[in-house]
Amino acid sequence: MSVQQQPSGQSSRSFASRAADAMVDANLQTALNRLSTGFATRRATAIAAVPEFEALKADAQAIKNHVLDNLDHYLERFEAEVIARGGSVHWCPDAESARQTVLAICQAAGARTVTKGKSMVAEEIALNPFLEANGIEPVETDLGEYLIQIAKEPPSHIIGPALHMTRDTVEGLFRSHHPSLDPARDLTQPETLVAEARQMLRPRYFAADVGITGANFLVAETGSTVIVTNEGNGDLTQSLPRVHVVLSSIEKIVPGHEDAATLLRVLARSATGQDMSVYTTFSCGPRRPGDADGPDAFHVVLVDNGRSAMLGTEFQEMLRCIKCGACMNHCPVYGAIGGHAYDAVYMGPMGAVLTPQIEGLFGHTDLPAASTFCGRCAEVCPMGIPLPDLMRRWREKSFAAGWSPTAERWGLGLWSALARRPWAYRLVARVAAAVLKRLGSKGIARLPLTAGWTAGRDMPAPAGRTFSDLWAEQRRG
Amino acid sequence: MADKSPISTPAPTPAPTPSSGPANRARVLGAVRAALGRGPLPTGRAQGLDATLARHQRHTIPARGRADDLVAAFASAASGVAAEVLHLASLDEVPAALADHLASLNLPPALRLAPDPALAALPWHTRPLLAVEVGTGVPGVQVGLALAEAGVAETGTLVLTSGAERSTTLNFVPDVQYVILPHGRLDGALEDAWARLRNAHGAAWPPRTVNLVTGPSRTGDIEQTMIMGAHGPRRLVILMVPGA
Ligand code: SF4
Repeated sequence: MSVQQQPSGQSSRSFASRAADAMVDANLQTALNRLSTGFATRRATAIAAVPEFEALKADAQAIKNHVLDNLDHYLERFEAEVIARGGSVHWCPDAESARQTVLAICQAAGARTVTKGKSMVAEEIALNPFLEANGIEPVETDLGEYLIQIAKEPPSHIIGPALHMTRDTVEGLFRSHHPSLDPARDLTQPETLVAEARQMLRPRYFAADVGITGANFLVAETGSTVIVTNEGNGDLTQSLPRVHVVLSSIEKIVPGHEDAATLLRVLARSATGQDMSVYTTFSCGPRRPGDADGPDAFHVVLVDNGRSAMLGTEFQEMLRCIKCGACMNHCPVYGAIGGHAYDAVYMGPMGAVLTPQIEGLFGHTDLPAASTFCGRCAEVCPMGIPLPDLMRRWREKSFAAGWSPTAERWGLGLWSALARRPWAYRLVARVAAAVLKRLGSKGIARLPLTAGWTAGRDMPAPAGRTFSDLWAEQRRG
Repeated sequence: MADKSPISTPAPTPAPTPSSGPANRARVLGAVRAALGRGPLPTGRAQGLDATLARHQRHTIPARGRADDLVAAFASAASGVAAEVLHLASLDEVPAALADHLASLNLPPALRLAPDPALAALPWHTRPLLAVEVGTGVPGVQVGLALAEAGVAETGTLVLTSGAERSTTLNFVPDVQYVILPHGRLDGALEDAWARLRNAHGAAWPPRTVNLVTGPSRTGDIEQTMIMGAHGPRRLVILMVPGA
């Protein structure tokens, strides 16, 4: 049985050809051009307003490091607290056991439809096609997730899954998927599009038997799961149906509510440039006797799927990731090609490190090389994850495994793809050339970035300029 | 106001699949421990971690979380995230303020209260044209009124809790959400609100749901443009009143 609409890492087409297509996709390029003025600018403004941000980051990193060193202890504490409040915890070593567990919960509840809040772990385990194949209709309720669900596309960004779509694309989707939509209705503005989605999804919340959400954090102290959203869809999803299922990977644990407070200060600012997201919700157990509302049953599905194998290795640092998306919002490669070209659930720099771990390196040898090693991702990562170093580790592993030719072919393909977009080519080539020269890298120095190939494309990098300056300047141009 | 009864433990839904069984639990915990190069933590170490957790240690709290004038700081932060803030002289003014505000929005004079006796006790008779009902967030509810358990001045965040006298669904279903926030429930930082809730709820801490609400619902999912009113309330109006 096929469980993924677009099996990641198994595309018959190469990364290079996907990247090349992305770079000539005018709609996509319009959408990507908004990244630097959208997420990136808002993040910078929000962080500048908090003089203590560096201290908050340091605290947040220390909290996660402590958790990872004692992960078994905090997982068991979390489980005990969930059970003490009447909930259930399900341990799933891999994607298949997680899918089966969620299905069994839905079947036990006699569910026909389930509403879903945004969950990257659900994407990771390809839950929707699996539920559909088993006769259960999943309804995505986050606007971005809803859009990609009806478009039958994978997410292109971990925070904004439909970031690649323009308003015209969205209008077209609604016109073809909402049968009762009045043809005369004006859907040219984001406001009217949002209102249309709100109206369409409203009855689905009330009709759903099960609500599935992800978790941004799991609090060991009280067995609470935490979701962070702006739309309120996650809260309607988890408070109206009879059953609330939380799908989370095991590294989302924080010890106490004070630790969650620190991480929340770092997360929203890094992700969307807000001081706090609109709705941050802590949930523990089913409704209590006498409660006016809330679900009758509460299940937490804990998914390992490759995380434990990162502990104790050089990749352990990646488990500090709080999925804020800052690394991709500031990545020149992501900014040039978008999320779909990665052909993986997680994209951008964090995806380049995480995907080979979760899905296996084979088939993804291109990803760790999808970098200019400019270092911007590590600079903006609030959790201090050395993303370029970790990508380099994967490259070394793929060389060692004898898969280097793929990466090198990819390299050639990407650069020729970049060359079709002059500003991106100039920028990326220049930065990469400078970085590679300094590193004395042999592997990629043979790429067409050498002086001979770039001669005639005269864009000498002004000395002393930061990458950000160049990036901003090129974006303006 | 706080439910002081100990946590009840309704029978958990029976474990539905083999994957929730002990074998997978052992596999995951075993893999974690093997990767960390050790067995379970020695009892002393585990108890030490639990003892640390029980101390509720705080980390860095930004200066903006330690404001002197909490009313002003909260109102400014909440306004900054597009919530409307009304300052009332007393709880008795709530019915009139709501009736006038609904009229200003051209909305019918009707609203639904969370099942809190403190809300039912407000002088609704002063505005006899206001249709007031009590309940949860069922389909069709346009306007809701809740009482906040706390407010965080650092970010203009309302702390709303579940319980017999509260309704979580009423915080999300209506188009317009009114929330009363007494000055005495203002805290500087989220950590202060946690301390307040732990104290108020005792053994029943934490309630099933704690909603931290910072402004009205919005989405940036279409072209990264912030649009208000995605799935939750399009409008959030906070009624700040003196008192506890
Ligand atoms: S790697 Fe860092 S910047 Fe990227 S999503 Fe994770 S925490 Fe955010």
